[in-house]
Amino acid sequence: MTARRPPELDVDRLIDDRRIRIIVCCGAGGVGKTTIAAAIGLRAAERGRHVVVLTVDPARRLAQSMGLTSLDNTPRLVPGLRVGDAASRGGNGAESAGSLHAMMLDMKRTFDEIVEAHADPDRAAQILANPFYQSLSSSFAGTQEYMAMEKLGQLRRADEWDLIVVDTPPSRSALDFLDAPQRLSRFLDGRLLRLLTAPAKAGGRAYLRVLNAGFGVVTGVLTRILGTQVLRDVQTFVTALDTMFGGFRERAEYTYQLLRAPGTAFLVVAVPEDDALREASYFVERLDTERMPLAGLILNRVERLPAAQLSAARSLAAAEMLQPADGDSLAPTARGPVDTEESARVLAIAALRLHAERMQLAAAQRRAAEHFIAAHPLVPVAEIPAQPEDVHDLDGLRIIGQDFSAERPAASA
Amino acid sequence: MATRDTDWDGVRLHVVTGKGGTGKTTVAGALALALAADGRNVLLMEVEGRQGIAQLFDVPPLPYAERRIAVGLGTDAREGGEVFALVADPESALVEYLEMFYNLRHAGTALAKLGVMDFATTIAPGLRDVLLTGKAAEAVRRKDGHGRRVYDAVVMDAPPTGRIGRFLNVSTEVSDLARVGPIRGHADTVQRVIRSPETVVHFVTLLEEMPVQETLDGIAELRSLGAIRPGGVIVNMTRPLALPPDQLQAAASGDLDEALLAVGLKSAGLDRSSDLAAELVAELRDQARTALAQNVQADRLRQAGQPCYQLPWVTGGIDLAGLYRLAAALRTQKAA
Repeated sequence: MTARRPPELDVDRLIDDRRIRIIVCCGAGGVGKTTIAAAIGLRAAERGRHVVVLTVDPARRLAQSMGLTSLDNTPRLVPGLRVGDAASRGGNGAESAGSLHAMMLDMKRTFDEIVEAHADPDRAAQILANPFYQSLSSSFAGTQEYMAMEKLGQLRRADEWDLIVVDTPPSRSALDFLDAPQRLSRFLDGRLLRLLTAPAKAGGRAYLRVLNAGFGVVTGVLTRILGTQVLRDVQTFVTALDTMFGGFRERAEYTYQLLRAPGTAFLVVAVPEDDALREASYFVERLDTERMPLAGLILNRVERLPAAQLSAARSLAAAEMLQPADGDSLAPTARGPVDTEESARVLAIAALRLHAERMQLAAAQRRAAEHFIAAHPLVPVAEIPAQPEDVHDLDGLRIIGQDFSAERPAASA
Repeated sequence: MATRDTDWDGVRLHVVTGKGGTGKTTVAGALALALAADGRNVLLMEVEGRQGIAQLFDVPPLPYAERRIAVGLGTDAREGGEVFALVADPESALVEYLEMFYNLRHAGTALAKLGVMDFATTIAPGLRDVLLTGKAAEAVRRKDGHGRRVYDAVVMDAPPTGRIGRFLNVSTEVSDLARVGPIRGHADTVQRVIRSPETVVHFVTLLEEMPVQETLDGIAELRSLGAIRPGGVIVNMTRPLALPPDQLQAAASGDLDEALLAVGLKSAGLDRSSDLAAELVAELRDQARTALAQNVQADRLRQAGQPCYQLPWVTGGIDLAGLYRLAAALRTQKAA
């Protein structure tokens, strides 16, 4: 195994800890973050907690694996839970029935709801119809991150669930969602915005005082690039939004503090490959800087081989030994095997070669993981073995959940 | 020198997209190397500010400037041309745009300081994207003093599949926001390049359900937008299972002849041959199940009707040598 063993991440202990109210799964795209979030939600529910899983991934398969035809902006009850199952029962004597809800973030709907909640009906209608609002609320850049955090805040305030598992958006950089609330605040406090709203606010006098020369230059340039019509639309839009700004900022700040609170745990998800672990490293460092509570790293899709004690080198050497002198007589498709001895040889060569290949892959994974562990020796790690097929149902999610326990069923075969 | 037929003759802007984790940047890099064979010059462009190209080619972080980073794939006939790299960020692209079209460098810098980019990303993300696609369109059309194209091809490491339609169609979205005015004119020019037959969008995928689904959705989305050409489907990190087809099914259901395998292992001089045989059958079962699931995904991809290319899994991570291997594989399969 690894030269230096990291502390073990016990996900079960985390989900059994009733003080933990929010688990945030983050990591680069394509590492199985959403599936991990669903598996955590299911396991927690079957161990007696009332869970809602908030995902931003529009994958239908995930919804189907939880027995739902589709996911939308409202939490839906997931049927088919096995409560009190001996295999997954909580360590805290939880015989009581838990529950699992799942939902998928609808970014535009969430944004519309905020507008409706913070503006009077006329103004809300004006905002919702503005072309800039429509572009902003349905675009992916930044809005999704912010809306995911907003939804998280809403779910937490609703207080209907005792555990919220959220999977972060597949951002360019997995860090974007931490910046979203601040970016919004920065934007709202920005000088540019004041430039644009000043005329409307003070009937044209204040901006002369505040900005004098600067304003003329800037609006001049903006007009040349954008044209007067665009500038006017933008001004209308930001002026209309102006009344809501206080509320926006407050909510952004609330969510940010929520993420830092002791009831929150961050899980960084990665696969044992250099790129994904590099992202994971950035993430771990960033969470540390922001003083966000990191619970550990989930290393997903780890190769775990039953015949791990047979090294790649020995396996290849053995295959070599079985190979007859004229190598190509064994090309499996060229000529069918003729007798038992030869079919035994053909089969063994194939099995040994494939085993060696998998062992090499496992070694590459270990090297990648060791780099991470060397850089972050104190971060607890849980390994989830690679599954031969994609997850299609609750049982598939349960199989993943088995490895959340510190006493893993098959630590090393 | 005979010109070679490839599947994408006449294409000059290759947009490479893919779901996160499929190796989009690696494939974009390999494609640039392959296109730079036969003495051609290629620009490899990155638009998401991750410095993925620098990491891939093992060079220091790249600035907003076109830097030569590699020599194209060599062939028997000729040495490779040159591959240049550019990390395009919207802010620099905006300043450059203002300078180029309005001679307004100082104003551009002032705007950047005022937070115009924050403003643009927040209020109208389309503006940000049009600056990036605009840079690619400019590089595609650029000519030198003698009227010759500066780049024979431009490869763009584009945003992931989930955002690609919006990213490329952004000029239309900007046009919706700005019905008249200079930015509208710029957006229209960019859109003409993106929608010309000289531009295609390649999809990088793995043989797994979600990346395949996103690829199919992405191709369908481009088709629905009209005039943005879907390109090749590049299946990355393939590891074909070297088992005779008749044994694949048996292996998947765990029905391989364990005793027979034990005989083979024993004759190779391995100890505990029967235990080992049982363990290897278990390993083969997982691998065969994966392979069968991958076959299903490969069939789904073929039904999309776009040319498919396979890139092998490279053990131990991608270094420069591995990248040239992938480039050679793309060229052999006529993807470049």
